[in-house]
Amino acid sequence: MAELQFREAIRDAMDEEMARDERVFLMGEEVAEYNGAYKVSEGLLDKYGFKRVIDTPISELGFAGIGVGAAMNGLRPIVEFMTFNFAVLAADQIINHASKARYMLGGQLNTPIVFRGPNASAGQLGATHSVAYDSMYAQFPGLSVIYPSEPDDAKGLLKSAIRNDDAVLFMESEQMYGLKGEVSDEEDYIIPIGKGKIKREGDDVTIVATGKMYHIAKQAATQLAKDGVEAEIIDPRTIKPLDIELIVESVKKTNRCIVVDESHPFGGLASEVGFLIQREAFDYLDAPVRRVTLPDVNAPFSKPLFDLWLPDAKEIIDAVNAVTYRK
Amino acid sequence: MAKKKETDAIFTPIGIESGNNGQIEKSVDLPDPTEKSHKDLGLSDDDAIKMFEQMFLQRRFEERAMQQYQKGKFGGFLHLYIGQEAVSTGTVHALNDDDDIITAYRDHGWGLLRGVSAKSGMAELFGKATGCSKGKGGSMHFANVEEHFWGGYGIVGGHIPIGGGIAFANKYQENDRVTATFFGDGAVDQGALHETLNMSQLWNLPCIYIVENNGYSMGTAARRHTVNEIHERAKGYGMKSAVFNGMDALTVYENMKNIADEVRKDSKPWFVEIRTYRYRGHSMSDPQKYRTKEELKKYQEIDPVERMKTYLIDEKVAKKKEIEEIEQRIEDDILEAIEFADNSDFPKDEALYEDMFADTPHFHDRK
Repeated sequence: MAELQFREAIRDAMDEEMARDERVFLMGEEVAEYNGAYKVSEGLLDKYGFKRVIDTPISELGFAGIGVGAAMNGLRPIVEFMTFNFAVLAADQIINHASKARYMLGGQLNTPIVFRGPNASAGQLGATHSVAYDSMYAQFPGLSVIYPSEPDDAKGLLKSAIRNDDAVLFMESEQMYGLKGEVSDEEDYIIPIGKGKIKREGDDVTIVATGKMYHIAKQAATQLAKDGVEAEIIDPRTIKPLDIELIVESVKKTNRCIVVDESHPFGGLASEVGFLIQREAFDYLDAPVRRVTLPDVNAPFSKPLFDLWLPDAKEIIDAVNAVTYRK
Repeated sequence: MAKKKETDAIFTPIGIESGNNGQIEKSVDLPDPTEKSHKDLGLSDDDAIKMFEQMFLQRRFEERAMQQYQKGKFGGFLHLYIGQEAVSTGTVHALNDDDDIITAYRDHGWGLLRGVSAKSGMAELFGKATGCSKGKGGSMHFANVEEHFWGGYGIVGGHIPIGGGIAFANKYQENDRVTATFFGDGAVDQGALHETLNMSQLWNLPCIYIVENNGYSMGTAARRHTVNEIHERAKGYGMKSAVFNGMDALTVYENMKNIADEVRKDSKPWFVEIRTYRYRGHSMSDPQKYRTKEELKKYQEIDPVERMKTYLIDEKVAKKKEIEEIEQRIEDDILEAIEFADNSDFPKDEALYEDMFADTPHFHDRK
């Protein structure tokens, strides 16, 4: 095992896949000469040159669509968005074209493309730079949505995503790029899309959390353990397809569930998991499923308001206390 | 409050060189057609006859499709290409068979010229499993990827970057193929076009972006929806450009051939405006109140199909009788295609979930 930063794990995945397959290339804003806005693609230009590491203008719709066309015509693009907050400008290409072209042309072509980049909020970036889009894209058939929380998952899942013959959204949290973690040094390390992972075992409550929220959930679990409550944390890693079986199995053991989701409350991952648990494990529940999400308001700038806006460990602990009827 | 001038708050678009303040007027001026004969252009007699056949096929196919639509044989949108057949025909002859073509939702003609048979085209309109897109796409999504026709797309301007991407992949793979991306004049107002033109010029993509300016963006005349001459947009990107007559197949052939040859040689993109005219409404639901009958009549006098027919007879390339035989054969083929479409099965229920994924399929259930 090697200890790598999150950004290094992503870079390694791209590097290995570019070395393995000539058709794989990276395009996006500042990915080449600047070495990546978050240094994810650092060194790739030197290694692969201007043909395969391509700086684009600030034209999200345009370069996302060029990626889609290139994918249809035999290449395997990785399209980096500086953040998924800007990628809403490219939503037409992702939602209307990458995810639909195959079906509406009766299976005549494939769209093997990965759209990746930072998702959700960093610190105090204001309302337009702080939105989590994983749940939104999961609404659309044809797309796979991945939101890993640790470097190891990021590497194995990104390699799978690049080899996938359909469109995949791979979301990274800007605040996790510097996060270090053990990454498998197994040659050609692959994690299949759609498989979740139990990241902490416990008998008292199941906490489902992805991306940055996993780390908040981990803090909460550490705190709860001091109080004698052992939380089981499940990171689905892939938002869609969702490993609901793993979550349901855990709930059958713990009889309680909290879903922590960086999206807004309406129609997001938390709502979906909550719904599926009541359907699959209704008789096992000792309390209604609770969700911890953003409030239904835009991100504020002001530090105290921003801190209040983003879910924290205390909210998770409060939710656990509620479902265990402790307080 | 100060008294406002009468003109202060009028948002009726004035448009190109018009003092009429939004009054309806003829939407495009046609440049002159070529004076060269098919032989001057390097086309054989057979080529010229083939061009007529192809134009007549598109015309008849759509006239019959319209009839079937009116009979209630199928639903959805039906955007007819009638009037614009010289554009597709001239282009397909000018390009190599493995050059790539992509277009918007007015796509039947393109499909018919690139391997979609009258049968599979008609069956697609009918939503049958035997359709070119297995009944999954319908009128707006004809395609034959095997013969490098990448399909019709339904979002105005949305397929323009995809055309850029197809060209990008061709350059990446160094295969000398040229990509022709067609779209209507309405699409020139979309940001997607401008982003794609900029990147295409920046990266020297081997592609041609072609506006089929048929005069109307749905019901809004070109003069009312866009400022300045459309082909002049190319100047802003330092891109080579051309504007020519799209009611004459030989003119389209001549220009597209020269442009494609140049693109193949130097991999520099072009922006082209082909002026043409659509005889029918934007789609079948369009009452066409935005234009006069006189205007339509004026264009029908220079009809591209009739023009080619007259040319073949006048130049003694084909006898009237031969032409009539061709017409009859095509007519028969299309009637057969209708019968085929009518008798074909709708897709089976299982087909609902087919073709979504190339890789591991995953569906979220709805219970």
